[in-house]
Amino acid sequence: MTGLQDRLTPEQVEEFGRELDEIRQRVVADLGKEDVEYINKIIKTQRGLEIAGRSLMYLGFFPPAWLAAVGALSASKILDNMEIGHNVMHGQYDWTRIPELNSKTFEWDTAAPGDNWRHSHNYLHHTHTNIVDKDRDVGYGILRMDADQPWHPYYLGNPVYATLLAIFFQWGVWFHDLEVDRLISGELKWSETQEVRKKMRAKAGKQIGKDYVLFPLLTGPLAPLTLAGNATANLIRNLWSFSIIFCGHFPADVETFTEEETENETRGQWYLRQILGSANISGGKLFHIMSGNLSHQIEHHLFPDIPARRYPEIAHEVRAICEKYDLPYHTGPLSRQLASVAVKICSLALPPVGYLKSLVGRHKSGDAVPESTTVDTQGQRVAA
Amino acid sequence: MTTTVPATKRKQRTLSLRDRAVRFAEMITTPLLPADYLDIISPLRSGADLRGRIEAIHPETRDAVTVVIRPGRGWRGHTPGQYIRIGVDVDGVRQWRAYSMTSPGDRPDGCITITVKAIPDGTVSNFLVRRARAGTVIQLDQATGDFVLGEQPPAKVLFVTAGSGITPAMGMLREVVQAAGAVPDIVMVHSAPTPQDVIFAGELRMLARQGQLRLIERYTDAEGLLDIATIGDVVEDWAEREVWACGPTGLLDAAEAHWTEAGIADRLHTERFRPTVLVTGEGGSVTFSKTETTTEADGSTPLLDAGEAAGVLMPSGCRMGICFGCVAPLREGAVRDLRTGDVTTAVPGDGVLVQTCISAAAGTCDIEL
Ligand SMILES: Cc1cc2nc3c(=O)[nH]c(=O)nc-3n(C[C@H](O)[C@H](O)[C@H](O)COP(=O)(O)OP(=O)(O)OC[C@H]3O[C@@H](n4cnc5c(N)ncnc54)[C@H](O)[C@@H]3O)c2cc1C
Ligand code: FES
Repeated sequence: MTGLQDRLTPEQVEEFGRELDEIRQRVVADLGKEDVEYINKIIKTQRGLEIAGRSLMYLGFFPPAWLAAVGALSASKILDNMEIGHNVMHGQYDWTRIPELNSKTFEWDTAAPGDNWRHSHNYLHHTHTNIVDKDRDVGYGILRMDADQPWHPYYLGNPVYATLLAIFFQWGVWFHDLEVDRLISGELKWSETQEVRKKMRAKAGKQIGKDYVLFPLLTGPLAPLTLAGNATANLIRNLWSFSIIFCGHFPADVETFTEEETENETRGQWYLRQILGSANISGGKLFHIMSGNLSHQIEHHLFPDIPARRYPEIAHEVRAICEKYDLPYHTGPLSRQLASVAVKICSLALPPVGYLKSLVGRHKSGDAVPESTTVDTQGQRVAA
Repeated sequence: MTTTVPATKRKQRTLSLRDRAVRFAEMITTPLLPADYLDIISPLRSGADLRGRIEAIHPETRDAVTVVIRPGRGWRGHTPGQYIRIGVDVDGVRQWRAYSMTSPGDRPDGCITITVKAIPDGTVSNFLVRRARAGTVIQLDQATGDFVLGEQPPAKVLFVTAGSGITPAMGMLREVVQAAGAVPDIVMVHSAPTPQDVIFAGELRMLARQGQLRLIERYTDAEGLLDIATIGDVVEDWAEREVWACGPTGLLDAAEAHWTEAGIADRLHTERFRPTVLVTGEGGSVTFSKTETTTEADGSTPLLDAGEAAGVLMPSGCRMGICFGCVAPLREGAVRDLRTGDVTTAVPGDGVLVQTCISAAAGTCDIEL
């Protein structure tokens, strides 16, 4: 595998960065009324779907109505989380100076409080994209998603944990912000997380309260059906967002990086890392909207603050630049990307080829890790 | 033991019931607020953030229009001469500007009007004059300002106005001529480049013909700018009059000097349309208003670094412009985007947010941190 730094000469990286900056400048200069109208239309649709979903639950005794209610509510939550919440909280609409579209104050329909998310996602993940040990989205602190993460028998459960994470994804994201791995390692003190925990408790209470107590009670005798409907809608949203997000960074050919190779990165090198560390998902217009245009993960990682609806229109230019510099542009349909992620989750559950061998002749298994990773890097490529 | 006691009790109960209803509504609409849903259906309802709907736009001159606005239910009314701040979305960006009200206090249809003159390259004025359409919903603030005639209008009034500075005077004029009782003795000295540029020309000239107003028009293209020191030549009793002046800075500065010299500065009331003239340049003095810290920053130092160096607890993240973790309100002043060179300016109330990690001072600025 070619290292991050030796793909392009320093001059090339510079030029490549300039070309991407130009795209950004052009789109930013062109932002206007249509972008606001678009997001307002999505917001209106989402609110309409939510009201429809909540109302149809009153007819929940009639199975087609229950299904329609679940469908509308799932779509509402998906739109809220992906195309609206995720994107607004990235500051994509801050330039409008419209308070309702303000990244600082927006709150979304999921367990994780916006404030916690803004830190762990916008900053930690987007700045340190795919740097193992720094980007906590690599494995979410529970999965082994990269060969450079040392293997441990715990990871035999990788497929099980991944399935559970998919099912309870909103709680995974909620919990993620607590940075448990850093708590365990002692980097972070429990007392330092007080603020984060307070927000987590408050938001979780409100979300549970509305979906699992209030709305069911409001439908009187239909409460169990409404409860089941709300739970199903949350489940559908969880599976969907898990899939989109995992396909954005974990298909087999997507690369990860070490802290050393990303030290003192220039703007161009940072762009390069975003491209190598992300993958797109191909699909139709509706699919892109429902994925919050995160199906254009590459463009999103290059320009996280540009309204996501603009990603499709710049994708071909980004791709052309990648071709020009002989860089990979990872993309594929959802089914293929998902299968690739699944294979990765399962294969990384197993110890690397050299693991057992390396145990022999060593006293402490911890020392074996550096050696095993190199072997495993190859192992992973075989699996891919 | 009268009915008052139970009545108060009942009032308290209903209040808390209402509070409870609101709390309940908030619980079911969480993480949004009930207003987020209601705004879609009824943006002008009472209790909503104050908004207004443009009902009509009437041309006044070739570059000025009167905008008729129906304010939302929360509108508390105005006194003629006051101004409102309106927020309009121009090319997707919400822009706030102040406009004097030209309607009297109580139009029968409940609407208010402002009159806007397009200035060269002006974002909002050109939008309102040339592009805005009836039906558009805009943001409003309550009316404010003390450029008003007062409870009891003085017996002798002088308006000295120029260009769009006619607007607050027109509001006052309309109020007094339609009010019952004696109309004060009013003189208006108004400057405009040509006769065609006089906003409200028809109405003013008609009031003059009816004897309700002595109107002195000055056409500056032909006659040159009015020298305020010679005001006595056209208005002999100028020193006896209570004066309201509104127009370009030069005119108002000269008026202040002249009235001060005459020792009657308290007779002169002025309204400035450009209260803050922003000087933009490279770097400047940066104030972090919440922490009451001021520091000098050059034109290439990010505000984030400048703040940290001055000991302000600055929120931050990536420090490279992507995470929006450093966003803070620019209360007032000018900053430059270090990536694009674009300058962003703000006056209080504009609600402008900037990323401190990629913004440098472009003049004096005040960051709300
Ligand atoms: C209390 C108050 C009352 C006002 N009442 C009215 C009114 O009744 N009618 C009306 O038309 N305007 C009024 N104004 C002025 C108005 O608020 C705007 O400043 C004006 O419409 C220009 O805004 P813009 O967005 O078009 O220009 P901008 O895009 O903000 O500015 C464009 C350029 O014009 C310059 N500029 C800004 N304001 C002015 C100005 N007033 N005169 C000359 N140049 C300027 C700027 O420095 C800049 O170079 C009032 C202002 C205040 C403070
Ligand atoms: S610190 Fe990340 S955008 Fe400024």
